[in-house]
Amino acid sequence: MSAGILVLVEHLKGAMVDITFEMLGVGRKVAAAQGGQVHAVLLGKNVAALAARLGAADSVLLADEPSLEQPSAEVIVLLLQQLMAQKEASLVLLGGTNACFGLGAQLSARMNMPFVNFCKGARVDGGSLVLTSQLFGGKILSDVRLADAKGIVSVYPGAFPAEAGRSDKTPPVEKVTVPPASPKVVFKRYVEPDTSDVDITKQSVLVGVGRGIQSQDNVQLAEELAQSLGGAVCASRPVIDQGWLPLSRQVGKSGMTVKPRLYLAFGISGAPEHWDGMQNSECIISVNTDPKAPIFDGSHYGVVGDAVELIPLLTEKIIARKG
Amino acid sequence: MNLIVLLKMVPDTVEELNVASDGKSLDSEYLRFKLNDPDEHALEQALILKERAGGKITVVALDAPEVDDALFTALAKGADRAVKIPVDQASLGTVATARMFAAFLASGGGQITPDTLVLPGSQAIDDLEGEVVAYLGEALGLPYVGVVSSVSPANGKVVVLKEFSGGMRGEFEVTLPAVLGIQSAERPPRYVPVAKVRAVMKSAKIATADIEPPESAKALAVERMYKPEVAGGAQMLDGSPEDIAGKIASLLAERGII
Amino acid sequence: MDPVKISVYGLPGVGVLWFLALAAFGVFGWRVWQLIGLLRRGRYENRFDQIGRRTWHAVQHVLLQPRIFGERSIGLPHFLIFWGFVVYVVCFNWALLRALFPFLPIPYPDAVGPAALFLDVFAVLVLISLGVAVARRLFFAPPHLHLSFDANLILGLIGVLMLTMLFGPAFRLAAEGSRGSAWAPFGSLLVPAFAGLTPATAHAWATGMWWLHMTVVLGFLVYLPYSKHLHLLASPFNVFFSGAVTRPLGDLTIPGAKEDVASGASKWEELTWKQLFSGFSCAECGRCDRACPATTAGYPLEPQQIAQKIKRHMMQMGLARAGAAGGNGAPKLIGDIITERELWACTTCMACMTRCAVWNEQIPLIVALRRHLVSEGAVERTVQDMLANLTRYGNSFGKSDRMRAKWVQSSGLKIKDARKEPVEYLWFVGDYASYDPRCEDVTRKTAKIFAQAGLDFGLLYEAERNAGNDVRRVGEEGLFEMLRDKNLQAFAKAKYRAIVTTDPHTLNTLKNEYPWNGNRVPVKHYTEVLDELLQAGRLPLKKKLTGRVTYHDPCYLGRYNGIYDPPRRVLRALGLEIVEMPRTRDRSHCCGAGGGRIWMEDKEKIAERPAENRIREAAALGDVPTFVVACPKDIAMFRDAIKTTGTEGKIAVKDIAELVADAMEG
Repeated sequence: MSAGILVLVEHLKGAMVDITFEMLGVGRKVAAAQGGQVHAVLLGKNVAALAARLGAADSVLLADEPSLEQPSAEVIVLLLQQLMAQKEASLVLLGGTNACFGLGAQLSARMNMPFVNFCKGARVDGGSLVLTSQLFGGKILSDVRLADAKGIVSVYPGAFPAEAGRSDKTPPVEKVTVPPASPKVVFKRYVEPDTSDVDITKQSVLVGVGRGIQSQDNVQLAEELAQSLGGAVCASRPVIDQGWLPLSRQVGKSGMTVKPRLYLAFGISGAPEHWDGMQNSECIISVNTDPKAPIFDGSHYGVVGDAVELIPLLTEKIIARKG
Repeated sequence: MNLIVLLKMVPDTVEELNVASDGKSLDSEYLRFKLNDPDEHALEQALILKERAGGKITVVALDAPEVDDALFTALAKGADRAVKIPVDQASLGTVATARMFAAFLASGGGQITPDTLVLPGSQAIDDLEGEVVAYLGEALGLPYVGVVSSVSPANGKVVVLKEFSGGMRGEFEVTLPAVLGIQSAERPPRYVPVAKVRAVMKSAKIATADIEPPESAKALAVERMYKPEVAGGAQMLDGSPEDIAGKIASLLAERGII
Repeated sequence: MDPVKISVYGLPGVGVLWFLALAAFGVFGWRVWQLIGLLRRGRYENRFDQIGRRTWHAVQHVLLQPRIFGERSIGLPHFLIFWGFVVYVVCFNWALLRALFPFLPIPYPDAVGPAALFLDVFAVLVLISLGVAVARRLFFAPPHLHLSFDANLILGLIGVLMLTMLFGPAFRLAAEGSRGSAWAPFGSLLVPAFAGLTPATAHAWATGMWWLHMTVVLGFLVYLPYSKHLHLLASPFNVFFSGAVTRPLGDLTIPGAKEDVASGASKWEELTWKQLFSGFSCAECGRCDRACPATTAGYPLEPQQIAQKIKRHMMQMGLARAGAAGGNGAPKLIGDIITERELWACTTCMACMTRCAVWNEQIPLIVALRRHLVSEGAVERTVQDMLANLTRYGNSFGKSDRMRAKWVQSSGLKIKDARKEPVEYLWFVGDYASYDPRCEDVTRKTAKIFAQAGLDFGLLYEAERNAGNDVRRVGEEGLFEMLRDKNLQAFAKAKYRAIVTTDPHTLNTLKNEYPWNGNRVPVKHYTEVLDELLQAGRLPLKKKLTGRVTYHDPCYLGRYNGIYDPPRRVLRALGLEIVEMPRTRDRSHCCGAGGGRIWMEDKEKIAERPAENRIREAAALGDVPTFVVACPKDIAMFRDAIKTTGTEGKIAVKDIAELVADAMEG
């Protein structure tokens, strides 16, 4: 009998995160080639309703308890170990997100199985699974072969189509009990970003500023441009870390994921942590002094030049056209 | 507190990265190394904790090009002790690295006391095998949290903030001893002047700890390493800044954005 | 009539005078000794070399004081007051000597015809000068002139002295029944007013005037070391010990320093005795503040205050009773007395030091304090990032050092590698010219000009590092040394006969601060080389350029290194008409980028930045469409300033190389 595949469902504050569907799509692809059942592992507090959306899986393994609001790594890993034994699963898919930090590594150490990080591509080759991962901020790719498709994989968000994991089917739900543990990491509460500010995920035009904006004063120039376009200013991590803009404006892995009609990237190099947060914008125009900046690879239009010089000129042109 | 910061040198992506002729590793001709960014933050967080709550900081690293610079700089910034394990970083994957650090910490070169915090950087750009934080936690049997951006000691434990997404963070209480993967320190890493580092190079020594590489940990076998194809890439706009501004404005008008 | 041969309240006049003189000189001497004691607590610096040159320098600048004449309204008056003072000091001592030793067979000065005439005429000249000085203070005081009670008191005292010099002889002549004397023309004018006095009364008044004069002077002697007029005593020495006599202006090395200077000064005792001396020499005239681009823009920096604050702090801390001023409550030099913002606001443009009438050295003082901030890591984030980039990659752009000479590929030229083959000119291109996309064009044009002129030149390619001028001025002395040593290693491997630089900052440090140890070659700015080529007829100009331009003297080319004419000759050779801005040559107004400021952010709300101020000055010339620069940072700063002042279309920035390339294109 073919081995089972476990997919750890990811959700935050009652909403499903897309990486879940992306992983289910991969699970289905592997199952189609190798056989085996895809099990969606859903743990949390008040999450039972999410099970209905996991139709792409063959079954949902549900653990819904108040204590599981933000379970410690210890608890999750113990549960996965248990389920791997129960369902004879030898492939586990986890999201490459902050929430899943360390789970794959810890599980692989416990189970003495290989763990592959940053996975952006997966294909079945004979009896093995070849995984393509990105390294060095995306500058290099590597292929690793998992014999018999056995291993733990961290799936890079946005690399696989979410559509492949969506389904109208209602999956059977099986309740599972979480093994007892006295965790040394205890979740206390969520700390929300200041919501009094603009919600950048709802903007149709975003003006993104990065290190290349050079100084806090120049953020004002970006504000003026954003205003002229009826949008808002957002930023990459270095700008937020400097305190030039609040956390609520951060785009990227620890910040927001945005999909505006227009994303203007000024002085942003395009490191994955940021790129992941805005790669699906409809139109991306990037300005950077470095002709080799990775952001140019994925942008629709690019300019090698000084953002600080260009922004006010652009604002002028736009105001002229509108007026 | 007993603060142990783990440092790792990673390829500096300022340079062009190329694949070696064996097709499985990086070409070392123009390869330069620098300290992993989150590790710098881990050191800064350790310095902040030492300033607030007292204690000692030990920085540990495996052998790699320019690692001595990083260790001396850490001492110049305020670390108390620097240890180099003379095994080549590049020959080990993350799992083996974690086992080496675990052996160091268990053997007496380091020491896990009830008030110990092990602080590696949260992740590194070459962590194909996963995060050293988790492997270390597992090997030492210690609790771990990653993507940490704030650490506060509280009644013998520590309260940390872990970053999720959308700017949201989660507050966790962690029992010591523990391993914390630092994403960013509460303040950007401090500057230490070149003169100070040079003075430290003359006055201080880096200790060595002889740890045997673990035989059982095999690195993940990379079948192939290659550069991604740049699919199309952006359409570049040329001209004077005035021209370019005009072109962009036209583009936006065509797309109905203005 | 001997004024000292009287009795004062029953005591013999001589005795009283002795007592007063001893007391006054005693207090004066004790105070001066106390102040010297403070200076000795500072660090050592060797300013005792080349005594002959120093003496000549002091003679010129103390006796002729050309810098005082830089501000016309007070130039002549101060010169006269100074010389009047010198004359009176001589005569006072003459008179005192005679009075204290009445048996000496010498006359009093006013009994000697020519001396009396001198004293009489000078008294009037000085009184007029005092009038001008007082009027200036009251009605048209320039900004930053410290209007203190102290200063007014001094003017008053000098006035009293001058009046006694006129009235004394007048009374004496009246007592003698004389109508006047040819030796005292002005004093004689007063005689008729006292004609009605009895000889005895007149005699008494004359004696009174004499005693008034002597006691005022003795009182002044006591007051001097406690007032701003300490500068009378200190500034001649300050000029004598001036660094500019024996070393280039642009050299920040502290000669003969015994302690490690890299960590700077955090306490007043960590400054050198010469730096501490600045406070005593400062005459509180405000010339430095009026010249400073940071002060005029509204930044918290006032160079005058740097010296004054250090002086006051040193006096407070150094003269307090032991234990009284120390401890945790004691004010800190950096932080309490002088703020960090003040120190970071300096662009190191040298305007203050060029104008200072007593030759104070404000920039090394500021850099010494900055060094301390750097050693504490108390530098703003953007500067930290720059320094980290410089440490790691040898350039402030954070780009790989291998990319430094990439521009060569797009220039279409084959440029020699000076490390591999001998060249005549080693072209040290510099960070901005190599890495900044805005400057690349100018760099390529410069290369083409050199090539077309048949100049034998080469580059160090990737071995070149930032020369370190601004790193040193930011206060990162350790990094400066590291960059300097790496560059010297690269130079050692190359074969060349001269160095040419694009950037004046590079020129300054290579020429003035690098220890060449016998391998010194001429270091030139590219405008000097262009000038030489044009004069030798080696630059084939295809067309004459026409039009009016104005030329901006870069700080590090002009004030620092005295290179004003070569760029102007080049422009004229091209056919252009140069219209000078009011602040021209050594009065040029800094663009604001120096001293690492190009890496810093403004925390204050600045109404008008230095570059904006300068562009407006150029625009006000009317019908001068081109602003010519000779420094890559100037290109960036002034192009930005044109945008922010809204003068696009009125004036445009061009580098000299661009104009030459234009003329060579035909």
